[in-house]
Amino acid sequence: MKHLALRLSLFLLVALGSVVAPAAAATALSEDCPPGFELAAGHCELRSLYQLYPSLEDAGVGGLKTGLPAYRDGFSPQQTDLGRYLFFDPALSGDGTVSCASCHHPDKGFADGRGRSVGISGEPVRRSAPSLWNVAFQQRFFWDARAGSLEEQMQGPLYDEHEMGSTPEQLLRTLNGIPAYRELFAQAWPGDFRSAESQIRLDHIYAAITAFQVSLVSLNSRYDQYAHGYADALSDPEKEGLNIFRSFVARCAECHTPPLFTNRQIAVIGTPEPDGLPFDSGAQQPLNDPSQRGGFKVPSLRNIALTAPYMHSGRFETLREAAAFYTGGRGHAIPEGEELKIHWHIWEPQLTDDELDRLVDFLQTLTDESFKPREPAELPSGLLPVHNSPASTGITLTGEKINE
Amino acid sequence: MNKVIGIVGAAVLLAGGYYLGQANQPGPTIIKVPSEPRATFSSSGAEEVADTANVPARSLQTPTSGELIVVKDGESIQEAVNAASPGAVIKVMPGVYKETVYIDKDNITLSGVIEQGNYPVLEGEGVRNDAVLYSGNGVTIENLHITHYKGNGVMGQAGNNYIIRNNWIVDTGVYGIFPQLGKNGIVSHNIVSGIEDAAIYVGMSDNVDVVYNQVYESVAGIEIENSRHALVEGNMVYDNTGGILAFITPGLPIKTCGDVIFRNNFVVDNNHENFAIPGSLVSNIPSGTGILVMACDDVVVENNIITGNKSAGMIFTNFELASSASNDPEADPNPNRPRILNNIMRNNGDSPEPVVRAFLATQLELRGPDIVDTVGMDDGCILNPERYRTLGLEKYGECEFDSTANVASYTLPEPVPPRSMEGLDKGKLVYYGVCAGCHAYNSRMIGPPTQIIQALYMDNPQGIADYAANPVKKRQDYPQMPPQAHLDEETRLAAAKFMLELTK
Repeated sequence: MKHLALRLSLFLLVALGSVVAPAAAATALSEDCPPGFELAAGHCELRSLYQLYPSLEDAGVGGLKTGLPAYRDGFSPQQTDLGRYLFFDPALSGDGTVSCASCHHPDKGFADGRGRSVGISGEPVRRSAPSLWNVAFQQRFFWDARAGSLEEQMQGPLYDEHEMGSTPEQLLRTLNGIPAYRELFAQAWPGDFRSAESQIRLDHIYAAITAFQVSLVSLNSRYDQYAHGYADALSDPEKEGLNIFRSFVARCAECHTPPLFTNRQIAVIGTPEPDGLPFDSGAQQPLNDPSQRGGFKVPSLRNIALTAPYMHSGRFETLREAAAFYTGGRGHAIPEGEELKIHWHIWEPQLTDDELDRLVDFLQTLTDESFKPREPAELPSGLLPVHNSPASTGITLTGEKINE
Repeated sequence: MNKVIGIVGAAVLLAGGYYLGQANQPGPTIIKVPSEPRATFSSSGAEEVADTANVPARSLQTPTSGELIVVKDGESIQEAVNAASPGAVIKVMPGVYKETVYIDKDNITLSGVIEQGNYPVLEGEGVRNDAVLYSGNGVTIENLHITHYKGNGVMGQAGNNYIIRNNWIVDTGVYGIFPQLGKNGIVSHNIVSGIEDAAIYVGMSDNVDVVYNQVYESVAGIEIENSRHALVEGNMVYDNTGGILAFITPGLPIKTCGDVIFRNNFVVDNNHENFAIPGSLVSNIPSGTGILVMACDDVVVENNIITGNKSAGMIFTNFELASSASNDPEADPNPNRPRILNNIMRNNGDSPEPVVRAFLATQLELRGPDIVDTVGMDDGCILNPERYRTLGLEKYGECEFDSTANVASYTLPEPVPPRSMEGLDKGKLVYYGVCAGCHAYNSRMIGPPTQIIQALYMDNPQGIADYAANPVKKRQDYPQMPPQAHLDEETRLAAAKFMLELTK
C-alpha cells in the first residue's frame, strides 16, 4: 500500500509536472553558504571565534578558549542546499514514509525525542537517534563508533530494513527517476552532468547529505559567550554548575571536554537499559574487543537540553536523572553476571541534590540553535514532508505510545 | 696477552680499558675509562627549547599591569578575581578562605602573602570540590596553603604559560596539583602530601618542568601522563605508594607520551599502602615502586637516588598494568626507547608486593629488582648495568650519551604566543560565526540583509557596534535584534567594519 502511494505520487509528479508539484520544477539551489560559513573559491569554509584559540596537539579538547579539532567543511553552497532537500525527503526511504528528519528532527535537537527510534517498520530499533548538531567535528559515528565517516554512517539507516528500508539500487532508481533531482544534482556537480544521460551516483547522494549535516553547527550558546570572555553570560547558579561540571569531583569535563563537550572517545560507564531490554554490548562487537563491552561513544552535550531522553537507549527521561546516574556509585547499574571495565572517571563523587540541580542549570546553557536550517516548503520529489506527521511524535501506526 | 684482549675490548666498546669480573657473576663487569666525549643527548622537541642556552631556564613570568588587589581575611578571593583585569596581581593575606576560586581570564597572579610562617589557607572543609580552577593563559598560583578539598588543590583546564609554585597542599583528595591540556608550565617548590591519587599530576600537557617539589604520603608522587617534553628534576619523593610515574593512560583523547626526563630526584622509601580510589589507574601500582613507566616513550632516568622501595626501584611496563581499563587501539602500549643513565640504587625490592612477587616467581626470583622491564624492550639503553640487579634488560644496549645537561628545561624560552590568525581577522570570524545566523548578504533571514545595513550605515561602523549592544525595535516586518553585548566593543566594531566592507 505504501509502495503504491509512492508510485502514484511519482506518477503524478511526472505526468502533471509543476502544476501539481511546484517544487518539482527545477528550483535553483542556494548560492549562499549556510550561516557560520564563508564562501571561499566556491566552497563553504567554517568560521568561528574558536578559530582564534590554540589547541594542544590539535586535539580540540581543553578549556574555555580552546580551538576545535579537525572538521569537515568545504562543500559548495549548492551541494549543501541539495543535501537539505534530500535530508527532508521521504523519497529516500523504501516506501516513501520516512526521511532522515523523521529521526533527526530540527525541532527536537536533530534527534527524535524517543528512547529508541522508530523507522519504516514501525518497531523501535535498538538505540536512540543521536543529535546531528556538530557532527562536522566527530570522527566516529553511531553509538558504538562503528563508522568512520558520515558517508559511511548514513548507509546504515538508509538501507536498514527497520530504519529507512531502501537499497542502493532503489535509491538510484528513485532519484534518477525524478527530473527535478537530476536538475538539482547537475547544479551541485555541473562537471558530472554534462550530458542528458548523466546519472546521479551514490557518492553524489552521500556527499550532498554530508554537506548539509556538517552545516549543523552550534557554537553560539550562552556558555560560548562566557567562554569568549563575557562573564555575565552565565548566572551565578550556572557558573556554580560549570565549576561542578569541570571539578575533579564530578569530572564531567574529563570526557565531555570543551569546546565540543566530548573528547570523542569510547567509554564504558555502565548505564542501565530501559526495563525489559537486554544488555547492549556496545563497542565490543565492532571493535572485536571484550574490554570495550558496554562501551559507547561519548556524546557531545551541546544542545543536550533538547534531546531527552538520554543514554544510548533512552533510559533516563531527564537531565537530572542522567546526571544523578554518575553519583549512584561505580558500576551500580551493571546487570548481574556482567563484568565491565568501567571507566576510571566513574566513581563515587557523592554530589548533593543541589549540586545535581546546578549541573542541570549549566547543561541548559549549552543550547544554541541560531544556525538551525530552514525546512524546505516543498520537496523535489513532490512528496510531502513526513517528519511532522503523528507517526514521528511517539505514536506508532497502531496508536501505541513508544516512549513510556 | 692482556694487552691483546685490551685492544680488542677497546675496539668493541670504544673505551680505553677493561677488566673482567669474577667468574661467578652472571656477566663480566667491564671497567671502562672514557677516551672521548659521548654523544650529545637529543630529543625530538629539543630544538624548541634549545634557546635556553641563551635565556635563563624557566624565566617564564606572568605579565603584570601594575593593578594590585589585596584580599584580607574575611573577604572573598573570588570577588577579587572577578574584579581583576588581565595583568592584575591578587595578594591574599593570611587567613582562612572557605571557597572555590576559579580564574577564567588571562595573566592573573594569585599570590599568597606569608607572614611569620602564617599562610593564607584555602579550607575545603571536606565539602568543597576544588580549591583553585583556572582556564586562562599566563596564570601564577603561589604561596597558598590548601587543605581538605574533595577534588583537587590546583586544577588547570587548558591554559598555557602557567606557574604553580611554593604552595603547601595537604589532604585535598584526588590530585594536589593538576595542570591539564596546557603548554609551557612550571610546577616548582610545592609541598604536597596526603593525596589519594597523584600529588602532582601533569595530564595531557606539553613542555612542563616539575622541579624542586616535596611530595609524600600520597598514592603517586609525581605523574606525567599522556604528555610530551616534561622535565622532572630535583624533587624529594618519599613515602608514596609509587614515586615518579610516566604513563600513557589508554582511552584519553591525546594518545602519546614521550621525551620525559627524570633527573636528580630523591626517590626514597615509597612503600605507602595503596589507598587509591577503586578503579583508578593508580590503584594498580604495587606499593614499594620507585619509578614506574607505563607505555611512555623516550623516558630518560638520570642521576636519581632511588633507595628503599620495597617492590622495585624502577619498572618499565605496558598496558597490562592497566588491566582495569579498556584497551585503546590508537595508543602504543609499549615503553619505547627507555634510557637509563647512571643512578644510585640501593635496598630496592627487599619485600615485594604479591603482584610483583608473582611476576618474580616466573623469573625464578624472590627479591625485587632495582630495574625491571616486563616487556623486554629491544630498543632500550642503559649505562653500567652491572651495578644493578635487573630483569628483562637483556636486549638493552649501551646508551650513546651519559647526560641530558644540554636540556636545562623543557619550558620554552618565550611564552606560547596567542594563536596566529592566519589571515582570519576577528571581525570576519564574528560576522560569519555569529552575525550570519540572522544576516545574509542579499537575502532575507531573521534580520535584514547586510546590503540594507550597509546602505544605512555607510561609513559608520561605530553606529552598528553601538546599536548591536543595545538594539531597539526598528522594523515592523522583522523581530527585534537580540543584544550582542556579550561581544566587547572592540570585537563589535571589528565585525561592523567587516560587515560594511562585504561585497557578496
